[in-house]
Amino acid sequence: MVSEQVRIINPTGLHARPASVFVKAANGFRSDVAVISGDKRINAKSIVKVMSTALKQGTDIVIEASGEDETEAVRALVDLVKGGFGEV
Amino acid sequence: MKGIPASGGIAIGKAFVYSKDPLRVSPETIAPEDVPAQQAALDAAVEKSREQLLAIKSRAGEALPEKEAAIFEAHLMFLDDPEYTGIAREKIGMELVPAAFAVKAVTDGFVEEFRAIEDEYFRERAADIADVGERIVRNIQGAAEADLSLIEAGSVVIARDLAPSDTAQLDRTKVAGFVTEVGGKTSHTAIMARSLEIPAVLGLTGATREIRAGETVIVDGDEGTVITAPDEAEIEAYAKKKKAYEAEREELRLLTGAPSVTADGHRVRLFANIGLPADAEHAEKNGAEGIGLYRTEFLFMDTDAMPDEDSQFIAYRRVLEAMRGRPVVIRTLDIGGDKELPYLKMEQEENPFLGVRALRLCLKEPALFKTQLRAILRAGAHGDARIMFPMVSGVDEVRQAKAVLMDCKRELAGEGAAFDPEIKVGIMVEIPSAALTAEAIAKEVDFFSIGTNDLCQYTLAVDRMNAGVGYLYDHFHPAVLRLIKLVIDAAREAGVHAGMCGEMAGDEKAAALLLGLGLEEFSMGAASLLRVKRAVRGTDLSKARRLADEALRLESAGAVRALLEAAGGTGSRG
Repeated sequence: MVSEQVRIINPTGLHARPASVFVKAANGFRSDVAVISGDKRINAKSIVKVMSTALKQGTDIVIEASGEDETEAVRALVDLVKGGFGEV
Repeated sequence: MKGIPASGGIAIGKAFVYSKDPLRVSPETIAPEDVPAQQAALDAAVEKSREQLLAIKSRAGEALPEKEAAIFEAHLMFLDDPEYTGIAREKIGMELVPAAFAVKAVTDGFVEEFRAIEDEYFRERAADIADVGERIVRNIQGAAEADLSLIEAGSVVIARDLAPSDTAQLDRTKVAGFVTEVGGKTSHTAIMARSLEIPAVLGLTGATREIRAGETVIVDGDEGTVITAPDEAEIEAYAKKKKAYEAEREELRLLTGAPSVTADGHRVRLFANIGLPADAEHAEKNGAEGIGLYRTEFLFMDTDAMPDEDSQFIAYRRVLEAMRGRPVVIRTLDIGGDKELPYLKMEQEENPFLGVRALRLCLKEPALFKTQLRAILRAGAHGDARIMFPMVSGVDEVRQAKAVLMDCKRELAGEGAAFDPEIKVGIMVEIPSAALTAEAIAKEVDFFSIGTNDLCQYTLAVDRMNAGVGYLYDHFHPAVLRLIKLVIDAAREAGVHAGMCGEMAGDEKAAALLLGLGLEEFSMGAASLLRVKRAVRGTDLSKARRLADEALRLESAGAVRALLEAAGGTGSRG
C-alpha cells in the first residue's frame, strides 16, 4: 500500500470537470484507490462519491492505493491535484 | 389560454408535452430466481441510457459550449460508477428487490447526500444524479422517454421551463412552436426562440397539465394566445394568419440591404443585440449595421470556471471579425440580480436587484473586472470594439470604472501587447438616477445606451416577471418617456451618441415616437431589425417630433398607446 497527502489548490475544488478528470485517471489503474479526507474514506473510482464529498480548495486529502500499480497510481493522481487541473 | 408573447409568428402543430412526472416504483420483493433477469434488465437499461446520453452529448457538443457537454460527460460516468449502478446491481441480489426499485433507492440516497452539502455548486449536483437515476428507471420500465430529441416534425413543445441543457437536445428544425409555464420575454427560451424565428408563448401557468400530449395546438406568438383542440374554423383562420405572417417575413427580407432612413431622409443606425458570438452571423443576415449590445454573461455562465483573459479575447475577437469593422458594443459582466455564477461566491441578498449587481460587483472584484477589460482592449486591436458599463447609478461609478480601465491600458502598454488605446467607453442608462444626472455623466463618456428593460423596472417599481404586477410594466409610461428624453437631450448637448438597446428599441410601434424624441441608434434582437427598419422608413421625422411632444405631455401609458394607435398612419405603416 502506498499513500501520499496533497492539498487541493484549484479554486473550484473537485467539482464537475476536475472530478471527472480525477476519477477517469483513477480508473486507469488496476489498484484499488481511495481518497481520504478527515474521517471519510471514499472510492476514488466513483464519480458520485468524489463529487458528493464536495472537496473544496484548500482541503488536504490523502490518496491511497493498493495493488500492482499502486506507486504509479498515487504518483499520477497526486500530480494531477498538484497541477490544479489546469485551473491555476 | 393567454401567456406572454415572446417570439412572433403562428404555429399549428401537435403538442409534445415535456414533463418529468414523478416515477412510480413499487418495493415488492422478487423471487431469488428472478435476480439474474432483474440484473440483466438493469444492465440493458444502463446501456440504453448510455446510447441516449451519447446522442445528446454529441448534439450538445456541436451546438453549445463545453458546459452542457461536460454535464453529459459526468452523467455518462455515473452509469459505470461502482458505487452507484454497481451498488444497485448488488442490492437486487442482496435485498431481492426489482431493478427499478434498487436504482431508485441508491439514487435517492445520493440525492440526499448532495442536498446536505453546504456549498451550493456541489448541492446542485443532486439534480444531475436524480436526472440519471430517472433515465435508468424509465429505461428499465420501458416508459416512453420525455426526451426532447425524440420529437416529431411539426411539434409544439409544451414544458414547465426549458433550460439550456434541454434546448441543446432539440432538433430545431422539428419544432413548430414553444409554450412554457415560466419565463418572460428575456428568458433563455425567449431569446433562443426569437433567434430561431420560432413562435413562442411563455408564462402560461398550468400548460403542461392542461395541454394533452398529441393534441393539436395553435400558438400565436404575437398575441400570446394558445388554443387547444381548435375547431375547423379556428384552424383555418390561423392557417391564414400564418400565411400572412410568412408573406410579411418574405417582404421584410427584401429590406435587408435597404438603408435605414426616415421618409424625409434622416439616417439612423440599426444595430443588433447578441449574447453569443454565433449570434453575430444571424445579426448580419438581418442587415445589422453593428452590435449595439453584446451581453458577455453567457461566456461566464456556460462554463464551470472563470473564463480566462485569452478565452474571452478569442470570443470578443470572433464577434469583431464577424462584423468586419463595424462597431461592437461589449457590455461588461452583468451578473447579480437573477443571474449567478456557480464559481463566484455571492452573498445572499434580501433584494438582489437593488444589490451587488453588474458594475457594482465588478468594482468589488477588481481581478475579474480587469481580466475582462484587458480582453476587450486587446480584442479592440481587431475591430471597432466599444466598452459599455451596466448598472451605473451616478458619475462616481463611471470615474471608478474608467480608472480601472486606465490601469489595464497601462499594464498592456507595459507588456507591449496590441490593444486599442483609444477605445470608446459608454454606459448603459438603466437606473433613473443615471438618466436624471445624464448631463454630468455625458462629460465622462463617449456614448449612452438606454436599457429600457431595467429602466422601466426601476422607474415603475415593477418586476415584470412577477405575474401579479407585470401588467404595470409598460415602456410607454410617460415617466419612462421623459427619462429617455432627458438622456437624449443631455447626449446631444455634450456631443455624445445616444442609443437604445432595451426591448423598446425593437418595438416597431415605438419607432416613430423614439425618432421623434431624437434617438438615432436602435439596437435590438436580430428578429426585430427589419420590422423596425420598415417603421423607420415609413416615418416622417418632423411629424414624429410633434407626436413625441404630445406623448410627453400625456398622463398614462394607456393614453400614449392610444395616441400612437390613432397616429398609426403618420407613425409607422406597420
